[in-house]
Amino acid sequence: MITFAEIKRSVLVSLWFMFLTFPIMVVRVNPIEEVIEWRWRNLIIIGVGSFAISFVWRYMMERKEAGLKRKEAGGEKPPLVKRIMDRPRLSRSIVGLVVAFVCVFPFLFSTYQVTIMSTALIYVMLGLGLNIVIGLAGLLDLGYVAFYAVGAYSYALLNFHFGVGFWIALPLGGLLGALFGILLGFPVLRLRGDYLAIVTLGFGEIIRLILENWNDFSFGPSGIAGISRPGFFGIDMSLNTATTYVYFVLIGLVILTVFFVNRLQNSRIGRAWIALREDEIACQAMGIDKTRTKLTAFALGATWAGMAGVVFAAKTTFINPASFTFLESAIILSIVVLGGMGSIPGVILGALVLILLPEYLRAFSDYRMILFGGILVLMMVFRPQGLISGVRRVYQFKGNGEKAPNGGSGS
Amino acid sequence: MEPILDVKSMTMDFGGLRALDRLDLDVRKGEIAALIGPNGAGKTTFFNCITGLYSPTQGDILITRPGRDPERINGLKPNHVTEKGLARTFQNIRLFQNMTVLENVMIGRHCRTRTGVAGAMLRLKSARDEEQTVVDHSYHILERIGLSRFVNELAKNLPYGAQRRLEIARAMATDPFLLLLDEPAAGMNPQETRALDDLIKKIRDEEGISILLIEHDMKLVMSLSDRIFVMDYGRKIAQGSPDEIKNDPKVIKAYLGEDPDA
Repeated sequence: MITFAEIKRSVLVSLWFMFLTFPIMVVRVNPIEEVIEWRWRNLIIIGVGSFAISFVWRYMMERKEAGLKRKEAGGEKPPLVKRIMDRPRLSRSIVGLVVAFVCVFPFLFSTYQVTIMSTALIYVMLGLGLNIVIGLAGLLDLGYVAFYAVGAYSYALLNFHFGVGFWIALPLGGLLGALFGILLGFPVLRLRGDYLAIVTLGFGEIIRLILENWNDFSFGPSGIAGISRPGFFGIDMSLNTATTYVYFVLIGLVILTVFFVNRLQNSRIGRAWIALREDEIACQAMGIDKTRTKLTAFALGATWAGMAGVVFAAKTTFINPASFTFLESAIILSIVVLGGMGSIPGVILGALVLILLPEYLRAFSDYRMILFGGILVLMMVFRPQGLISGVRRVYQFKGNGEKAPNGGSGS
Repeated sequence: MEPILDVKSMTMDFGGLRALDRLDLDVRKGEIAALIGPNGAGKTTFFNCITGLYSPTQGDILITRPGRDPERINGLKPNHVTEKGLARTFQNIRLFQNMTVLENVMIGRHCRTRTGVAGAMLRLKSARDEEQTVVDHSYHILERIGLSRFVNELAKNLPYGAQRRLEIARAMATDPFLLLLDEPAAGMNPQETRALDDLIKKIRDEEGISILLIEHDMKLVMSLSDRIFVMDYGRKIAQGSPDEIKNDPKVIKAYLGEDPDA
């Protein structure tokens, strides 16, 4: 039931919003005719709109509270991924469908679709790499795009000067990424949280500014053009075939990334990262070398950014520093946070949503940024754990779970 | 009896504040020693100095690993101290909340295993075997501590008493020869405390691990300890058997204050 108090609050909310948006939505100065236009209609729209939205908002908040209570009462449903994984037939058919779709995709859709899907796949790689640093090791890295730039420029420059091919540059890009990861890692070993974020942010900007200003080295803002596409035993390919080829190269790389990251996160190294994220002091007291663990996280995260950079350079055949701004770091970070920190399917979904959605919403391109911000705010309010939250591995033991509680003394 | 931990005249200053003042303390092989004292006496600071979280201003910390010569561990990093066989728990529980109970214990095995990045990514045979050993060993520890029914539970969802026990299990997974317990019974009900009493004795008797504990529950301290050290204002004011400590006027004074009529 809608009570009087609720209506009163919603009226107040809509009045507040009308007041806030008054200067930008209502008043418009027309400098040519030197008059002020008063657009009162906008005010009414905002008033009615915010009045209605405040009801929806309240309903959502109540649902969220109810959900929290249910969780405390122990009636929590297991996460979606776990429920699917518990049913092997269902999960196998889902995987089968995805594989089939991925394989036929470039032959069903236009080159444009394949290109944006490839872009999304690059971001999947970037997201999975950053997921190691942020999701697993809990190190807030805001300059991640720097490693992406390192990869892209290492291929572009090697290709330009020495004609190095894509397949040789790919591991080299990864290696250089890792090297820069360690280079960044060393000075920030002692930093945590906000301080770490600021320094990594600075690092990202330093790399970009170097690329922008060191003309002799990187050709400055004009960038490097004519980078070779990935080769396939020296066969000449048409633009269409090349696009499809890049798409499949990326699919392969994404599978490889998922494969390795999955293995890492359930290994000795991955557990050390998570322990580091959970409690740095306890982690050290349990015999984990903090320095080494942090550096491996930075290095491995950066490896995938480096490789993604190489593919990016090969895919677009032209790069300049404008592709490596802070906004890119922010998008990759959003992918990880929106998808679900520490969750591989979450990050994949996050990348696809955040990269594909704006492409398909071209009509709203003017409002892209406001939508982007809005989605993130809503996500943080209603689903702070991300689209798909991470699931810890379950181990099976003989007789596990059948033992009667024995008073806890374990005698 | 040779001491396995020998702290000689250790001093710890924080700026102008002397938290520990020329403290001497030793733990012998196979004993349960207790460190008691009023709040703020410097007990936890003492633990932090030994385990490498702080680096003491002065003094020596010597440990004798089984079958080895004494060695000085001042200023070693915490993880190296743990590698040498000193494991600890924390006063305010510091579990890895979002990891499962088993994984918490598996973290304790970290410093006893070697799998690197390549081994983990390629899942080499050595890595797989090592992983299996770690899982089995960790489960075995949980069984002995009495937590095996929680294996796949997230640590944060455990009842309070079980969290305290999990901290002990995690510390034991590092294969220590000396276990440092910082207020293991804090916040436990009498029943849980009794179970803890049994557990600590069992660890000493069956695993042969010596124990140094900080505790405020006097009943537990008196029942467990072979020797007790008493601290006040960063100084050691008494040491001895439980009976000696119970009747020591200095200890009574530190806890209850001076008797104005005396």
